[in-house]
Amino acid sequence: MTHLSGWGGMSAPGVERLSEDLEAITRDVPLTRGLGRSYGDSSLPPPSHPIAAATPLADRLLAFDASTGDLRAEAGYSMRDLIRRFLPRGWCTPVSPGTQFVTLGGMVAADVHGKNHHVDGTIGRHVRRLRLRVGTGAIVECSPTVEPELFAATIGGMGLTGHILDVTIRLVRVPSPWLMGFSRRVGDIDEFMVALKQAASEWPYTLGWIDCLARGRHMGRGVLMAGRWATADEAPKTFPRPPVRLFVPFVCPSWVMGRMVGRVVNELIYRGHRRRPHLKLMKPEPFFYPLDSIEHWNRLYGRRGFTQYQCVLPESAGPDAVRDLVELLTRLGGATFLCVIKDCGDEGTGMLSFPRRGTSIALDLPIRENTQRLIDDLNAFVVGKGGRVYLAKDAFTRPEHFRAMEPRLAAFDAVRRRWDPDRVIRSAQSIRLFGDRP
Amino acid sequence: MNAILFGATKGMGRAVARELAERGDRLFLLGRDIGDLARSASDLDIRRGHPAVAGTARCDLGDPSTFPGALAAAKTALGEIDLVVVSAAEFATQPVLEAEPDRARRLLAANFTNTIVFCEEARGYLLPRGGTLCVFSSVAGDRGRKPVILYGAAKAGLSRYLEGLDHKFRRAGLKVVCVRPGFVKTSMTEGLKPPPFAGTPEKVAKAVVRAIDRGTPVLYTPPMWRVVMAVIRMLPRSIMRRVDF
Repeated sequence: MTHLSGWGGMSAPGVERLSEDLEAITRDVPLTRGLGRSYGDSSLPPPSHPIAAATPLADRLLAFDASTGDLRAEAGYSMRDLIRRFLPRGWCTPVSPGTQFVTLGGMVAADVHGKNHHVDGTIGRHVRRLRLRVGTGAIVECSPTVEPELFAATIGGMGLTGHILDVTIRLVRVPSPWLMGFSRRVGDIDEFMVALKQAASEWPYTLGWIDCLARGRHMGRGVLMAGRWATADEAPKTFPRPPVRLFVPFVCPSWVMGRMVGRVVNELIYRGHRRRPHLKLMKPEPFFYPLDSIEHWNRLYGRRGFTQYQCVLPESAGPDAVRDLVELLTRLGGATFLCVIKDCGDEGTGMLSFPRRGTSIALDLPIRENTQRLIDDLNAFVVGKGGRVYLAKDAFTRPEHFRAMEPRLAAFDAVRRRWDPDRVIRSAQSIRLFGDRP
Repeated sequence: MNAILFGATKGMGRAVARELAERGDRLFLLGRDIGDLARSASDLDIRRGHPAVAGTARCDLGDPSTFPGALAAAKTALGEIDLVVVSAAEFATQPVLEAEPDRARRLLAANFTNTIVFCEEARGYLLPRGGTLCVFSSVAGDRGRKPVILYGAAKAGLSRYLEGLDHKFRRAGLKVVCVRPGFVKTSMTEGLKPPPFAGTPEKVAKAVVRAIDRGTPVLYTPPMWRVVMAVIRMLPRSIMRRVDF
């Protein structure tokens, strides 16, 4: 039996059914997946019915209205193609996650957010209409005004409300295809919280990278990155050529992402940015998708793979909550290569949408013997602070923690009951967290 | 360039249509399903940024009576015709074809007889001024092999036909391009285990458009397959009986 896997390397027996014709292949499968960039088990089918419809060949553009920016496309249309095709015409996606190798369907299912969440919210805010095949087999159109509950449950619903067939999103006008990137070093975690808040009022795109291996008075040091689209005057007249991409040719031994290498790499990243505020013109790829510059970078984590732990701590948890989380992580010995921090804006309309006003922290953790315990401890902390985890990244959260984080679950379940009374549509993740039948 | 594309809604044909649309060619799409053709037409128009598709018409590889009307509609919409690309074809694995004789008969008719009937009809539209006929055959036609006996036999016949056309009409201005893709990751090969040098439709499409522009008579793509097939063609019968590829 072949296996399907999430981006972090977690795998399950299963096959992809690949076709240009999504309506045909979604008739009798429990799940649809796109490019498989969700980290955990959200895109893995249930063990009793190990087939997933795969959307990447369903990538046609169906309508584009240049007066509004409304783009209707099949669910497998990728962010990579959107960026390269529409930027030259002065249009861009309103929201993009940290990789361009995602499909529109996947973006809606995870209700992705990006560096501009504090201004523009999640992708769900910009979705105008969806066409779904629901669990009963029927094909249904929904929008904020037509079947609004199904629509809201599908935004961030991890594909559990129906197979997303096509998506209409509203693109935004940009003044040029170049970005003006800003960066500066930040000394510690307290300074970081202040710096992010300040940057949020000045820049549409902000993000913090934290060196989680630094200890003592350097704990939480990092780099604040921000940016905006370059104006037509600032931008070169040429269109930015796509940068050359490196790739990792094979799955590496697990020491590659060990603590020593981590120290060195984090030090290099830190030293690689200037102490003082620094502005520079950037291409869209390195600005939005720095990790995409290395193809198959997930192979660096070895055969056992890695998981990303991403949680949001609400504003009500107070300014020290983030500091406490980083301290807890350090105490638990969760060495992490990559730690990203982002201040979130208002909660989206998606019923299970992840971000809420507060601070989101994302950590890449290589899988070791103690990973489950580490994540249990982090989750206990997050539950205590009224926060929640991001399902698109999750592979280890226990159902009791998930329920404690999700008071919105009952409303979501009600929508699923209406459109999929037999709970045909389900995933390895929904079996683990939502109590679906295996 | 004005081009008629038969089979452009899926797979490699879709990728070729996108290449041609993006560089500014005018296209006319032929295919079995009118709704599907309309979706592909809007895709190509939006990719180009303004209309690239002059029209569509129903044309079914399983039913040669649909050919003349479809080609005539294309002629009316495009005016002059410079290029005809045929990527429409049937596919099924050898075990399926052995188990279902009806399906085998349909596949042989579609991929050999009907494809050639279509080309003969299309030749009439190209010849007076010269032009290019680009047809998707397959490496499967290069040698009789266990996993593709029936499919390969039809493609072998098609390759020979295209070779003959090239010999006879090249001087009259008809350029014939016989595309022989190796394993390419499309919905046609879905579920099959990809070999080491499997191609993508996008890369194949770039090579096909280059071959169309140059009038290359035979194109192996990805290029590695030229070498692979040269070796397989030389293997003695005693080995071919023993191996499973």
